[in-house]
Amino acid sequence: MALVLHLITYVSFLVLIVAVARRANKFMKTPVHLRWELYPVAHEKKGLKHGGSYMEEHEWWTRPRETSTFSMLSKMVPEMLFIKALREHNRSLWYRSFPFHFGLYMIIGLIFLLFVGVFSEMAGAPVAADSSSGFGKAVFYLTKVVGAIGIILALIGTIGLLHRRLTDPDLEGYTASAHVFNLFFFLVALGVAFLAFITVDSAYSMARGYIHSLITFSMEPTGSWLVSMEVALASLLIAYIPLTHMSHFFTKYFTYHSVLWDDEPNKPGSTIEGKLLEYLNYPVSWSAPHIAGGGKKTWVDVATEEVEK
Amino acid sequence: MTKKKKIKVKDFGKPAEKIANTSPEEFKPLPRPFDRQESIPEFAPYNEKYTAEVETSLDETIALGLPKPKTKEEEQELVRKFLSGMEKLFRKEDNWTFLQPLILSTEHCAQCQTCSEACHIFEASGENDVYRPAFRSEIFRRLYFKYFKPGGKFFGKWSRGDIDLNWKTVARLAELSYRCNLCRRCAQTCPLGLDNGLIAHELRKLFSQELGIAPKELHEKGSVLQLQVGSSTGMNALVVKDNIEFIDEDMTEKTGMKIESHWDKEGADVLLIHNAGEIMAWPENPGAFAVIFEAAGVSWTYSSEVAGYDSINYGLWYDDVMLAKVAVKHAQAAKKLKVKKIVLGECGHAHKALTVIADRVLTGDLNIPRESAMTVLEEIVFGGKIKFDPSRNDFPVTLHDPCNMVRLMGVVEPQRRIMRHICPDFREMTPHGVDNYCCGGGSGFAIMSPYNFSDWRFQVSGRKKLEQVLNVFSDDLSPETHKYVCAPCSNCKGQFRDMFAYYDLWEKCGIMYGGLVELIVNAMTDVKPGFLEWEWH
Repeated sequence: MALVLHLITYVSFLVLIVAVARRANKFMKTPVHLRWELYPVAHEKKGLKHGGSYMEEHEWWTRPRETSTFSMLSKMVPEMLFIKALREHNRSLWYRSFPFHFGLYMIIGLIFLLFVGVFSEMAGAPVAADSSSGFGKAVFYLTKVVGAIGIILALIGTIGLLHRRLTDPDLEGYTASAHVFNLFFFLVALGVAFLAFITVDSAYSMARGYIHSLITFSMEPTGSWLVSMEVALASLLIAYIPLTHMSHFFTKYFTYHSVLWDDEPNKPGSTIEGKLLEYLNYPVSWSAPHIAGGGKKTWVDVATEEVEK
Repeated sequence: MTKKKKIKVKDFGKPAEKIANTSPEEFKPLPRPFDRQESIPEFAPYNEKYTAEVETSLDETIALGLPKPKTKEEEQELVRKFLSGMEKLFRKEDNWTFLQPLILSTEHCAQCQTCSEACHIFEASGENDVYRPAFRSEIFRRLYFKYFKPGGKFFGKWSRGDIDLNWKTVARLAELSYRCNLCRRCAQTCPLGLDNGLIAHELRKLFSQELGIAPKELHEKGSVLQLQVGSSTGMNALVVKDNIEFIDEDMTEKTGMKIESHWDKEGADVLLIHNAGEIMAWPENPGAFAVIFEAAGVSWTYSSEVAGYDSINYGLWYDDVMLAKVAVKHAQAAKKLKVKKIVLGECGHAHKALTVIADRVLTGDLNIPRESAMTVLEEIVFGGKIKFDPSRNDFPVTLHDPCNMVRLMGVVEPQRRIMRHICPDFREMTPHGVDNYCCGGGSGFAIMSPYNFSDWRFQVSGRKKLEQVLNVFSDDLSPETHKYVCAPCSNCKGQFRDMFAYYDLWEKCGIMYGGLVELIVNAMTDVKPGFLEWEWH
């Protein structure tokens, strides 16, 4: 049984890595598209406050382009941590979505702390309330607090999102089976994790033991069927997320950086121009009479052929 | 109040006389003097005789007038071509232009409906389900997941929901792609950065590039005419030169300055391109440009090449190939004259098309710098060569932000700095800048008036802007006080002209519209007073 559980975790982790890598690679490999930015663009230095661009400068191409990483981070960090756009534009959903997402971030923090705890113990600093090591003691309490708050926040968020999904008239007709399934999946996984925490593993020692077993390939049992359930569900969930629209947790990077904030001008001799020259020779197969590409004409052909008079 | 019937995505292809009723009683109430239903013009229905000829089963208006298939074969052909076009949208060779943003926006929507609240059409219609930004996109997404993803017949329904694909679905979707102004206000609010405006844009492209379906005003009478004759107005080079000569004479008389526009001046610093509609509908606008450029000593010229004197590029709204053709013509005209830069007159979509979108179409020696008139005018106004008397503009003035110039290009402040400088009673609408609302004529609607579509654009798509205009002048709506809506965009002005006339806003409230350069010239001390004539046209 322990072996099966370990295999589930290993395979799930592998699925997560492969799915994310494949998807990210897909977006990185798609051609540079026409500009479709939307203002405000976060890295703008001068115009960020009012949503202005470098094109507000007289003869902008003669001036050095000024961007600001600080400005970009000032937009990105609140968005990533607090889902600021949702707070501004859909407050009632934010009340549900924020605890859900922030809870998940804390659960990621919990997993990180479990690893820290394992390494701490391997280094001879036990993780326990009565540990002789101050570091071990700190990790023990931090793990408990972060884990408990994370799971409770995510649970509250999940219930709130599920409630909205099932009762909000605005969503009527937009809720597919998968939407409900996804939230139930979270509900069950988080519910089991919560139960495990309050009944058998409030110190996260079993979870830490499992992580230790995972990284040392010792295939030891967790010591509790509830913790085993918790691990199995969490593993399956992390494999499932990147296969669904919930992959937005990383594709959001592309929607902002590659589309909404991509204001890079095409300068003569630039990398962008080099790519465009390649794309302009792609064959066109659009069939409308005014194009009649037929897969034989290129973009250069269709863009330059005269319109019949 | 009875509960409104919910319109569901899965029912979109179902047989029904009409999917949505756009009932004027449900439209968002307007402020005074249009706060009573009887004070608003009646929403005219389209003539029922069209029902037999063209597709009318979406809502109470018609934009496209798609002929109904006459046989089963024609119905199947429509569906087959639609699927073929959809496949091409997701092929890099055919749609490298927008592939990445399209996949991102198609695959990740969480259906939170945040975008609905941002949409002026959804709000103005009284929250009609069919106008939700996500409604149109969700049909597209469900079709994508059903027909273009492995196992889509089962997993598509599971992951997104059900949808029927038949000729009705296709025909209604074609119409529905023309119920969005492409203002992309919805995209600004999406928590995931997704863009339902882009999906409307891609749908229009699919219909145009694969099925040859596009509004006549945009295609035959728009881009095609421009490429055949030189301008979508139908003016060839000879006619446009005549018109400009007449405008020069008029300007000379009005301003007391000798005005002579330049044609095909090789080596000039600036190639100025107007939306040629200005020359015919608002001649004082290109005239005012000439006055300012001459007074400032700018080295400038017009081009008489095909499309070189008409900045419009309607391909921006419906067809990448037409967009590229026109952009290339604009660049070739500039290259031939060896100018240092192209300056775009007061036309929002021309700004966006040539400066931003075509930036990744034009390569090599066609990649000639392009600049907004707003920054050029700012440089002139604050450059000191021209003296101004702001008291000549001492009347209530507000600024409309053309979406293409502001939210989609980031040119926000130059025009404001000018107006604060020369208009003592300048006031902002709420909201404004990058958060603005579309005039309701965006994405080609301003030039589209088939069937009863103009009623829809004045009562629905333009309603939010009308509300903003009435609110910003609410302290004095009397017709005796002249008020000015500055709209530095030809299409926006077209929408304001038609919408203000529809509501009789000049007679009832004394609200006029116009461009920015007219205000600048009106305040020039070297110009005879009274450049602005306050005559409705």
